[in-house]
Amino acid sequence: MDPIILFFVLGLGSGLLRSELRLPSAVYDFLSILLLLAIGLKGGIELAKQPFADLLPQMSAVLALGFLLPLVAYPVLRRVGRFKRADSASIAAHYGSVSVGTYAVAVAYLVNRQIYFEEHMPLLLVLLEIPAILVGIVLARGLSRQTKWGVVAHEVFLGKGIVLLMGGLLIGWIAGPAGTEAISPLFFDLFKGVLALFLLEMGILTAGQIGSLRRYGLFLLGFGMGMPVFSAVVGTALALLLGLSVGGTTMLAILAASASYIAVPAAMRISVPEANPTLSLAAALGVTFPFNVLLGIPLYHAMAVQAQAFWGG
Amino acid sequence: MVIHSRKLLTIITEAALEGTLIRDVERLGAQGYTITDARGKGRQGVRNAGWEASSNIRMEILCDADTATAIADHLRQHYYEDYAMTLFLVEVGVWRPEKF
Repeated sequence: MDPIILFFVLGLGSGLLRSELRLPSAVYDFLSILLLLAIGLKGGIELAKQPFADLLPQMSAVLALGFLLPLVAYPVLRRVGRFKRADSASIAAHYGSVSVGTYAVAVAYLVNRQIYFEEHMPLLLVLLEIPAILVGIVLARGLSRQTKWGVVAHEVFLGKGIVLLMGGLLIGWIAGPAGTEAISPLFFDLFKGVLALFLLEMGILTAGQIGSLRRYGLFLLGFGMGMPVFSAVVGTALALLLGLSVGGTTMLAILAASASYIAVPAAMRISVPEANPTLSLAAALGVTFPFNVLLGIPLYHAMAVQAQAFWGG
Repeated sequence: MVIHSRKLLTIITEAALEGTLIRDVERLGAQGYTITDARGKGRQGVRNAGWEASSNIRMEILCDADTATAIADHLRQHYYEDYAMTLFLVEVGVWRPEKF
């Protein structure tokens, strides 16, 4: 087993046993900044190598995916889960968006197994982060005039995650492979160590969600595992249409399957305050994140291999 | 030196509201404020500042009674229902009244 996964299990276990272990929040912030920049830089360096126009079909397909997923999740949450409108919309937005932590684990998984994937994935990651937030707000509010779209846009486009990812992409793009060599020891060589520490804290945070999960019951548990598998199937199909490699197909499935726990909670708290944040965090962080990290990634990879063998060119 | 009496309004709430709150209190006449990160437990459960979604801030505003009332009314109307928020007011003495 990958040691980084064991770090996650360590955090989860010590959280469940109520150990005093905790990373100081400044350290956690620093680790997430490093991860976001490293992922952005990697993607940017790749963008420098290829003509941007070639990526336009993939970019628009991923944007469409970001609009579609929350629209599928919403009626399920509303009708089957019987959640209030605002809660359904907010949870749907979490599931339409992406988790950078999950993406980072998937990178480590594929690199470990020496499986090639299209390195411009971080660009698609950024694109997939945004549409679901807008869909979530419209689902909760309708196209209400009360929504302060200026504030929403500020929250969405200038949130820490987007700024660091986009910033990393641009720096990587401008500096190129040769230019970024000097900073690569920090951002690329240390990537897995940073990710291991990050996952330790994620395990502790996940354990903290188990209590509220117990309160909200079985539906969230089922949704938290069913929705990512469904999204992964959609992502895999889309990757086949776009002609991605096996690694790229796995990546797009993971991007589709992961649920946001940083950008979307912050945006929803400001834009749809009546939605209960405990519900969406219990599902996204308490169920879907550990599910994807422990079981989902190998599952989606196997799915990508099968799908490519049947339909891939 | 003469001591002048002013109000100290303390707001403890979710870190997600920081930007919005700053805009609100400045518009309502506060001439300054102090924000610190906070941890604790209340009606909305433990908020242990482990990460952004569960972190709290403590905002302190020194001002005159009218401004304090205006800010408190505004916050109660707009944020009490949906956000974890605690407000309290105490009487304090200051030496430079023109600042507050």
